[in-house]
Amino acid sequence: MRTNHFVRFIGLVVLMHFAGSVAAQANLEVNTPAVAALQAGMQKRFAELSPLLSNGAVGLTRDGFVALRDANAVPLAQRQQVNGLVTAENQDRTALYREIARANNKPEWENDIRATFAQRWIDKAQGGWYFQNNAGAWTRK
Amino acid sequence: MRTLNLCCGLILFTLLAACVTINIYFPAAAAEKAADKIIDEVWQLRNSDKPALPPAK
Repeated sequence: MRTNHFVRFIGLVVLMHFAGSVAAQANLEVNTPAVAALQAGMQKRFAELSPLLSNGAVGLTRDGFVALRDANAVPLAQRQQVNGLVTAENQDRTALYREIARANNKPEWENDIRATFAQRWIDKAQGGWYFQNNAGAWTRK
Repeated sequence: MRTLNLCCGLILFTLLAACVTINIYFPAAAAEKAADKIIDEVWQLRNSDKPALPPAK
C-alpha cells in the first residue's frame, strides 16, 4: 500500500516537471523592471543613434552590438560623443542579454539570447543601414 | 521491499535527469518573439505604422 502511494507520488512529480518544462519553453520572461529600464534607456538613445545608423557612421555587428564603422562620417568634434554613445549602447545591450537570461534562471542562455538578438536587430534594420554579414564584412541593407 | 524502493528511487532519478535535460534546450522561437518585442519598442517600429498621436481636431 505504501509502495502504491510512493509510485503515485513519483508520477505526480514527473508530470509536474514536464508541465514546468513545457511552460518554460512557451515563453521567455522579459517583463522585469531591469529589462524595462534598459529598454527605456535604449529607446531614448536611439534618437541620437538613428542618424548615425542612417549615414553609415555606426553599424550593427553580427554579434548583437553596434560599432563605429566609418569615423569619417562623423565631424571630428563629435567623435568623442559618438564613441560614448556606442559604448553606452553596447553596455546596455550586454546588460539586456544578461538580464533576460537571469530573469529566466538560465544564465547559460546569455550567448544564445545575444545571437538571437543579433539576427533580429539586423532583420529589422532600416534600408540603408550597415550591418556585418556572417563573414564579418560591412554590408549595406 | 527495500529493493523495490531502491528501484523506484533509481527510476525517479533517471526521469528527473531526463526532465532537466529537456529543460536545457534553448527556446529559440520564444527568444525571437521576445527579441522582436523589445526591438520594436527600442526602435519604435510599431509606432511608425500608425501616427503616434491621434490627429488634432
